[in-house]
Amino acid sequence: MADSQSVSMRVGTVVGESLQLERGGRCLLDLPGISLGQAPCTAIVGPNGAGKSLLVRTLCALMVPDRGQVLWAGSAPDARRRHKVGLLLQRPVLLRRSALQNVVYALRLAGVSAPQARRQGIDALQAAGLDAIIDVPAQRLSGGEQQRVALARALALKPDMLFLDEATANVDPASTLMIEQQLSVAMESGLRLVMISHDVGQVRRLAQEVVLMHNGQVVEQSPCAFFFNQTNNPVSRRWLAGELLV
Amino acid sequence: MQSFSDALLEALSLIIAFDGDLQEIILLSLKVSLCAVLAGAVIGFPLGAWLAITRSRLRPVLVTLTSAMMGLPPVVVGLVVYLLLSNAGVLGPLQLLYTPTAMIIAQSILVTPILTALTRESISVLDEHYADQLTLLGVTGWRRLRTLLWEARHGLLTAVLAGFGRAIAEVGAVIIVGGNINHVTRVMTTTIALETSKGNLSLALGLGIVLVMMALMVNAAVLGLGAYMRDQGVSRHG
Repeated sequence: MADSQSVSMRVGTVVGESLQLERGGRCLLDLPGISLGQAPCTAIVGPNGAGKSLLVRTLCALMVPDRGQVLWAGSAPDARRRHKVGLLLQRPVLLRRSALQNVVYALRLAGVSAPQARRQGIDALQAAGLDAIIDVPAQRLSGGEQQRVALARALALKPDMLFLDEATANVDPASTLMIEQQLSVAMESGLRLVMISHDVGQVRRLAQEVVLMHNGQVVEQSPCAFFFNQTNNPVSRRWLAGELLV
Repeated sequence: MQSFSDALLEALSLIIAFDGDLQEIILLSLKVSLCAVLAGAVIGFPLGAWLAITRSRLRPVLVTLTSAMMGLPPVVVGLVVYLLLSNAGVLGPLQLLYTPTAMIIAQSILVTPILTALTRESISVLDEHYADQLTLLGVTGWRRLRTLLWEARHGLLTAVLAGFGRAIAEVGAVIIVGGNINHVTRVMTTTIALETSKGNLSLALGLGIVLVMMALMVNAAVLGLGAYMRDQGVSRHG
């Protein structure tokens, strides 16, 4: 792919404008506007049922909003830029084949030639510290290893933005550490991260910006340091104090 | 009329001798049923996969139709194929009546709904699990069907087994369109029916034993293959 083309296709920001999502007469998501990608890592926090996953799935173009629109770098999501915006699900979905073949499969879909996909797949798994399980069927891997393979697959596609939907919620601490290290390395080379997390420690470790959601709305979007230390928003303060938001 | 034990002994000696006639009958049975299952798979796999993921308005109608067709009575299928292939029928000019091809056509009609319905079931379960991830990877259309079919390979193997079981054990359709002609269209089930009515129980019983053994072997092979595939878990497809 020519350089000029990849620059023009770059998805540095993901924006949601006037997003509304309703199911069964209930408004599940109602955002006048949200823009992500300014900070290297944005954490989306909030209680269960706040609409975090719905927002992320809508921004990743997995769901179509009832009203409003999603813009990837200024234009509507399209198939050509599909692999530029990744999403790591809470439960990794791997195909019934080896770890390597899982990565190769994704690369082949992105238009990489077979020999090159194999090389890049091996590189991606080695970078994730998964050398030992390259040829192991994905179904035989532990939950943590599966999530690391899913991350390696997502990163192998060289996305501009990667969303994480509580990707480390079911993962052991050792795997979480490795995943965070890999994400930090990827961020250094320009990857923008948006992660849903219930782990405040993780938010403090990785994020520069925090979005607090409650009842399908964004309560606050602020830099991390401000949010944790100086916020005046009453809902944010209650959430930070550990109160249950209902 | 022979006693059961005499017939059984004779049947076993027939199997051990494995003479030309017996070989011919068994091989033709296998050929007809395997071809029918192959044809059923070629149609049933993609059709079943499509039914699993499509949002077409035709879907409920087709799903009901394939499920209903799983229980088609073989004699009725035989009769319809007979009418189509007979000289007065639409396909009469092809001169296929009383040939193994006619038997393959009849059995294909019997096994295709089974393969379609079982494929649809396997794929819908998988699609529920994979849908988001495949969309995220940009897998659409034919590629998505192919991927899901390969991922469902263990389930599809069971579908093939069920289809083969239906085909090899079926007698009503093949006897009508094949005619049970010696050395031409005589298969295990039609021979068993004929020999039993003639009172020649040893050949009927011998073939019956072979039929049951075959069902056991196919089952064992499929189970073994399934375990092997789960062990390997590696593919170049999809």
